Amino acid sequence: MPTILSVQDLHVDFDIRRQGAWPWTPWQRLQAVGGLSFDLQKGETLGIVGESGSGKSTLARAIVGTVPTSKGKIVWKGDDLAAMNATARRKHRRDVQMIFQDPLAALNPRMNVGEIIAEPLTTHEPGTSRAEVKRRVGELMERVGLLSNLVNRYPHEFSGGQCQRIGIARALILKPELVVCDEPVSALDVSVQAQVVNLLRELQRDMGLSMIFIAHDLSVVKHISDRILVMYMGRVMELATSRELTREPRHPYTQALISSVPIPDPVAEKARHRPILEGELPSPLNPPSGCVFRTRCPKVQPSCAGELPVMQDVGNGHHVACPYQEVQQVLVTQQA
Amino acid sequence: MSLLEIEDLRVTFRTADGPVNAVNGLSFEIDKGETLAIVGESGSGKSQAAFAIMGLLARNGGATGKVNFDGTDLLSLSPRQLNKVRAQDIAMIFQDPMTSLNPYIRVRDQMAEVLQLHKGMSKKKAVAESVRMLDAVRIPDAKMRVSMFPHEFSGGMRQRIMIAMALLCHPRLLIADEPTTALDVTVQAQIMDLLTDIRKEFGTAIILITHDLGIVADSCDKTLVLYGGQIMEQGATTDVFAAPSHPYTKGLLKAVPRLDRDDDELQTIAGEPPDMSCLPAGCPFSPRCVQALPQCATTRPALDLFGAGRMRACHVPFAEVI
Repeated sequence: MPTILSVQDLHVDFDIRRQGAWPWTPWQRLQAVGGLSFDLQKGETLGIVGESGSGKSTLARAIVGTVPTSKGKIVWKGDDLAAMNATARRKHRRDVQMIFQDPLAALNPRMNVGEIIAEPLTTHEPGTSRAEVKRRVGELMERVGLLSNLVNRYPHEFSGGQCQRIGIARALILKPELVVCDEPVSALDVSVQAQVVNLLRELQRDMGLSMIFIAHDLSVVKHISDRILVMYMGRVMELATSRELTREPRHPYTQALISSVPIPDPVAEKARHRPILEGELPSPLNPPSGCVFRTRCPKVQPSCAGELPVMQDVGNGHHVACPYQEVQQVLVTQQA
Repeated sequence: MSLLEIEDLRVTFRTADGPVNAVNGLSFEIDKGETLAIVGESGSGKSQAAFAIMGLLARNGGATGKVNFDGTDLLSLSPRQLNKVRAQDIAMIFQDPMTSLNPYIRVRDQMAEVLQLHKGMSKKKAVAESVRMLDAVRIPDAKMRVSMFPHEFSGGMRQRIMIAMALLCHPRLLIADEPTTALDVTVQAQIMDLLTDIRKEFGTAIILITHDLGIVADSCDKTLVLYGGQIMEQGATTDVFAAPSHPYTKGLLKAVPRLDRDDDELQTIAGEPPDMSCLPAGCPFSPRCVQALPQCATTRPALDLFGAGRMRACHVPFAEVI
């Protein structure tokens, strides 16, 4: 499988001015993403999990090209995103689409569904005839499970699940190669969430899409992804296939994250040991030295404060950023 | 006698489009020190039921039925009498801890106000008690942080403050309306742990309102499943999860992806949550139910007792629910 997207040592920094600061006080630097690297193959789904403030959404935006990177490269099909000329950038914008968290807020309330879904098409292919636009919109609406006679309705007339389907249709009308989904199901009800997850999986398989699926809910991410990347304060903690990551997590943070996820089964829940992570995310303006997770890590050693942990390859594409890593099963896994 | 007994609670809102029935005949009871989970999706009426118990319904809403708390019917109390019950006997914590705390008032003053008002304490004593309670909900450095403003705390800490505030008067019942929905999983685990400890320490009964079946499995004795403002089923949590007796509960459990299993395809419940202004005459779940019988659309199934203290409202016999 060819590599479609390659993120190399990506840094995204934001300059922050403290509230009530004097004009001459220097701006503070907030590192949202620090030294992130991964490759994405064609047709692959990469899940990204982490707590709020871990830099997941910033990463998504950097890949789509809406926030500037301060160091490192994002290589889209062999071309550096930052060095692209206008034509190549336009092509990149076409090929990489995004699906957002709040389905209603992501849709313009003054446009009807047909206009919303057609907008990318009329922007990128202005020559398309009206009949053709209408045909493609109708086709796509059916594909995502919306009745095509609802084309003249407005977003407020739809439920959350339906709005997310509209958002998906809009992202897919240009037949993109990569879809970045930023928490696409976290605002939806449980029964509707399953519908949307299944739809995304189906579309991904049928259209051969690559997908980056960002969510804080590890069980959803595990269900949809081939590989999972665990982020904490802008850094990669662990990267592995979803099966290996959930069954044989090696990084203490991944283990803590898995043990925090409640399992809807009282028997299984009582059977497992649940060490709970104490404390909260430290301030990103003043991150801990060395390993960023050391302030909450149950296995912390004095040396953790010193150097940044190096990413180790433990085989089978499993990477861990912890020198004291070891497999610890947190789940009692069972066959469905 | 149970601590709280609810009988045939109905909540109706008058709207421009006609009456909307948010809760249709809810009955349950909860004992001292017990935890009851009310599970439902958006629009199932779970929050409105809680608001009705607390007398916090919006102006256009009205509640009928019986809400017996330790022998007094809360629905018949005047606002003044109800104010005594609230906070002293029943307290509530809400989903969004930022919007439920006053951003202009220091945590110290917000918390002390509760004690000054309900217990007639002096300000100094009330503040000391507040600090003690913040310690109890494990806020580090409580003595110093009590004089901070709500925005200076993180989401998880704010929720701890809300819990501490609710516990100030040692209520006998705590209603937690989606207390962890806005929080990260790691913080959610901390808060749920805290609620369990509080129940052990103070013997507080807890009604946990949530859509997350995971946290129910972990921490609740009894579970009540709501849909369209009606009870679908009710019983001990272990029973409900081991052998769900209603197609909706079954569907809901199958629709949740599980970390400890490798399912290929998630089973879904077709359709959308119900429109509360035009519920079907029969079972509210019937339009989405795969096992719906002809009578389901027309006759509302009765809530029948079966097994060990369990109840279900479904025309399909228990043995045939798939």
